[in-house]
Amino acid sequence: MNTVVADITYRAMLGRKRIWLLVLLPVALVALAALLRLVNGQDEQTAVLLMKSFAIGTMLPLLGLIAGTGVIAPEIEDGTIIHLLAKPISRPVIAVTKFVVAASLVAVLAAVSTYVAAYLLAGSESGIATGFTLGALFGGVAYAAVFLLLGVLTRHAVAVGVIYALVWEGVVGGYVPGARKFSIQQWAQSLADQVSSSPFFSTEVTLGFAVPAMVIVTIGAVVWTGQRLRSLSLTGDD
Amino acid sequence: MTTTSSPVTTRQGVLELAQVSRWYGNVVAVNDVTMTIGPGVTGLLGPNGAGKSTLLHMMAGFLAPSSGTATLDGRRIWHTHEIYRQIGLVPEKEAVYGFLTGWQFVLSSARLHGLPSPADAARRALDLVEMTDASGRRIETYSKGMRQRVKVAAALVHDPQVLLLDEPFNGMDPRQRLHLMDLVRRMGEEGRTILFSSHILEEVERVAHHIEVLVAGRHAASGDYREIRRRMADRPHMFRVRSSDDRRLAAALIGDPSSSAVSLTEQGVEVQVTDYARFTALLPRMARDLAVHLWQVSPTDEDLESVFSYLISGSTR
Repeated sequence: MNTVVADITYRAMLGRKRIWLLVLLPVALVALAALLRLVNGQDEQTAVLLMKSFAIGTMLPLLGLIAGTGVIAPEIEDGTIIHLLAKPISRPVIAVTKFVVAASLVAVLAAVSTYVAAYLLAGSESGIATGFTLGALFGGVAYAAVFLLLGVLTRHAVAVGVIYALVWEGVVGGYVPGARKFSIQQWAQSLADQVSSSPFFSTEVTLGFAVPAMVIVTIGAVVWTGQRLRSLSLTGDD
Repeated sequence: MTTTSSPVTTRQGVLELAQVSRWYGNVVAVNDVTMTIGPGVTGLLGPNGAGKSTLLHMMAGFLAPSSGTATLDGRRIWHTHEIYRQIGLVPEKEAVYGFLTGWQFVLSSARLHGLPSPADAARRALDLVEMTDASGRRIETYSKGMRQRVKVAAALVHDPQVLLLDEPFNGMDPRQRLHLMDLVRRMGEEGRTILFSSHILEEVERVAHHIEVLVAGRHAASGDYREIRRRMADRPHMFRVRSSDDRRLAAALIGDPSSSAVSLTEQGVEVQVTDYARFTALLPRMARDLAVHLWQVSPTDEDLESVFSYLISGSTR
């Protein structure tokens, strides 16, 4: 962890217009929950549905994508990363720092908005708010790591990330039973399910699989990012 | 700051490329280059697309040679982040963190280097490039020349033994250019190893005591600027002359040893000149004596590409 790298990265992520991109989805989630509460009143089933499909199913991967790729891909694209890399700092340290920034942003924004939205709809009923907040927190961290890696692996990180989030996590992970085991979304839901006692909600992936999988994917992605940064080649205009 | 490292002993700052090549797929960007860059200012001269940036990136540790080795004081550059204690790099790309002020940018550089008093170092570096007054402004409000100078300040903040600059004078106004040239020259005199790339001979010869010429990825020539300049001026030149009586002028020119071939074309007389100085003195005198009016005298191969091509063909490689 390097505080100067973290400082510059936070400034880049939170400065001016980019912060709106990050807060857009969490605000939409809370607004949607408030609207549903106004129309239907408190409803546990609606709460679970909104949490599963929007909070964990849509907002979390997209937040992970925006923050995970955002902390590094634009800098590689425009060459400003040289300012950080041409320094006597090991590249894995830079990778870890970038991950901490992305993960903290996703975790805070996703967890807070998920808790507020779930609480609006279900209060403290069946531990839904706490469960999904925990799921969003850890799922967000894993997403941040995976998309950070994507940001150093390809120059089309956002396009590849959107396809991954929509196709794999959204369609395959949602409908193909075998693939569900390998979906961050499902792991996050497994965590939520562990805490929540809601009858409207159960997951197939066990906690015994979800937690180690999340840890391995997160650590693996960050280590791989560090290795990729060590060999990052920058070419000039000629 | 959590960066730790062993102190680097003061060394010579000698960059060495040994039979370095770099290719991208089937395209060879740098082809079997061997050169040694020692203390003082060296200019890396070559037309656009010659592979200068590729070469500089390999010296700066941002590109692995496909074959051969790039070392600094005998230490391999690629994959060695400790090398940046000795190297300062000014990349060509203009991009810098626009949301930071000049002061924040240079200070961050000092802190990333883990310097004992980063604020003092940043102040010194900004002062050196005359950017102290504007250092409170965001970089996005800077002109191209100001960005360039603040990048130089960030690269100099840790007082490196080696400074690499990729096309540093591009986009600068004449006053800024002179100032940076002066700075580069001064740092070279202090015993630093400075290498900068450029496609403009005049720029290189004003600053560098030594020139390495790169053409089409090959190391075409090496020497001090007088040597390179002489070789450039001594090559055969092609001129096209349009006059009131081309035939008469051509007949007279063929009789003089300054030219080796004269041909009469619809566009005028084309002259292959072997003695540049003699020809340029002779032509106006000859036209006056023959009572021929000269409408146009233009070199037809003065573009850099042909000058560099000549250097390649004339090199002993």
